[in-house]
Amino acid sequence: MIRLERLNIRLFQRRKTLILAKDSKAPETMIIAKGLTKVYGDFKAVDGIDFTVTRGESFGLLGPNGAGKSTTMKMIAATSQRSGGDLLILGKDPNDQGPEIRAHLGVVPQQDNLDRELKVWENLMIYGRYFGLSRKWLKVKIEELLDFAQLADKRNSKTEELSGGMKRRLTIARGLVNEPEILMLDEPTTGLDPQARHILWDRLFRLKEQGVTLVITTHYMDEAEQLCDRIMVMDKGKIMAEGSPAELIKNYSSKEVLEVRFGSDNNAQVAKELEGIGERLEILPDRILVYAEDGEQCLEQIIKKGLHPVTSLVRRSSLEDVFLRLTGRTLVD
Amino acid sequence: MAMDVESKVKMTWTGAATLVDPKVSMKRGALYIAENRLLNMMKWWKSIIAFGLGNPTLYLLSIGIGVGSLVDSSLGPNAIDGVSYLTFLAPALLATAGIQGAMDEVTWPTLQGFNWDKTFFSMNATAITGKQIVNGILLAAMARAVLQVFLYGLCLMAFGAVTWATLPILVLVSSTAGLGFAAIMLGFAGTIKEDDGVFALVGRFIVTPMFMFSGTFYPITSMPLYLQWIGWISPQWHATNLGRAMSYGMPIESWLLILHWAVMALMTLFGMLWAHRVFEARLAK
Repeated sequence: MIRLERLNIRLFQRRKTLILAKDSKAPETMIIAKGLTKVYGDFKAVDGIDFTVTRGESFGLLGPNGAGKSTTMKMIAATSQRSGGDLLILGKDPNDQGPEIRAHLGVVPQQDNLDRELKVWENLMIYGRYFGLSRKWLKVKIEELLDFAQLADKRNSKTEELSGGMKRRLTIARGLVNEPEILMLDEPTTGLDPQARHILWDRLFRLKEQGVTLVITTHYMDEAEQLCDRIMVMDKGKIMAEGSPAELIKNYSSKEVLEVRFGSDNNAQVAKELEGIGERLEILPDRILVYAEDGEQCLEQIIKKGLHPVTSLVRRSSLEDVFLRLTGRTLVD
Repeated sequence: MAMDVESKVKMTWTGAATLVDPKVSMKRGALYIAENRLLNMMKWWKSIIAFGLGNPTLYLLSIGIGVGSLVDSSLGPNAIDGVSYLTFLAPALLATAGIQGAMDEVTWPTLQGFNWDKTFFSMNATAITGKQIVNGILLAAMARAVLQVFLYGLCLMAFGAVTWATLPILVLVSSTAGLGFAAIMLGFAGTIKEDDGVFALVGRFIVTPMFMFSGTFYPITSMPLYLQWIGWISPQWHATNLGRAMSYGMPIESWLLILHWAVMALMTLFGMLWAHRVFEARLAK
């Protein structure tokens, strides 16, 4: 009887420890921004935006160059001070506790700011040292990171000898050296060839599977669709829309899109005759987009009218279409 | 390549919340930056040693020995301050070595950090602050100055101008001059947005005149008053006078001795505060 009681007490204490451990975990909401603003002189780079990011989420900022994505990232990275609004990262205010926040973040900037005089492994070692990590621990971690970034055979190369894709992977590996709570990637695959992009996406997807919170800026819709659970579409410093890729497409576009070309000089003229076909038309200089549930049916209607497009293509709606709908512009101008 | 993509990657993950104590970086950040700079310096160790020994050897052979024998033969072997011309010259040459060495460590690395590779931004993306970057660079610059002065000192010792007894104080004085000048140059370097050869101008119109008019080759009092002010504001003169007083015992008023240390300390302090401000503002944009 006494033994049973002792066992019960031990189990209770263990349960209590587990509960306490769970409670002492970092908050589930990783980032909260309310009315976040950044002003440079007369120019409002970020204009009062609200958003939250939760643990394990892969959150994307999608928008064209100059939309305010990188400025937002710098404020989340606790390096650039906000001009207005509230911002909490990992439960802390970056204006008061910048270094404390940055110690638990991983940052992959748009430009690979690696130390070119140092070898690949030295770049990882010295960066780990900035976080106060011991050389002994880092030696083991560096091997893992080199494997992850597929750079094990380049360990002793100088960074200037690496290709663009390799540099990018090294910068990402560097951003992981402190096992960050949030990994922030600013335009991770800009300037890379398709193969290098796919390798990078694979590596990032693995991180996502591991439960690392990702915040990604991109102006590539396919990248946003591949990597992000939730997307915030930005333009001119403001949020245009927010949701999962599927939600955004459902709310702001049709299921399918028919693209027809009648020649650059004729598109605008022909568009008048297409009125009433599909749910909506978008006339671009080089083509007409017909948004509809059934693209093939729309094409048949066009041909029945005696119009014969030079080329036609039926495809699924993408985030590019969402952006076009929201801003009247394409993502990559 | 497809094989590579599918390769298995094992990654252990404790998580920064447990792994990283921000207080460590907040306390030792400047040391980590100095560690980076020393690692960078080690990539150039052959050039640093070759320049550190070669430059003074050539200089001493031409000016020190050449001009020295002329001065000694014209005025007598102990004409200036009761010592040989080379002994008189030695503290000034060491101050120059300290200033040059420290300056090399604040100018190019700052252009690299802010403009070329933007490595300062990567440092600042961690718990490291702009102030710590400044302090770390200055620590490394001081280390470089000590090394450069020491190597120069060894050459001077070979020519009999300094001894093991006088070398330590000369290293201290000359490196402090280097630190004072480097701190101001660091603040200035932080303001440069585009490298348009400004450091070549600094070398030509600030460092060289400082070397020429700071009592290097003859006592500053031999110059007309309208030129003496260059020496008064130059760390070169303060270190040279201090070095002469503390190595071979050149007569000096005690207030002047204190003033020399105070000027170099104030230069360091002013430069550091300026650099802190410039770096913090530039990194926060």
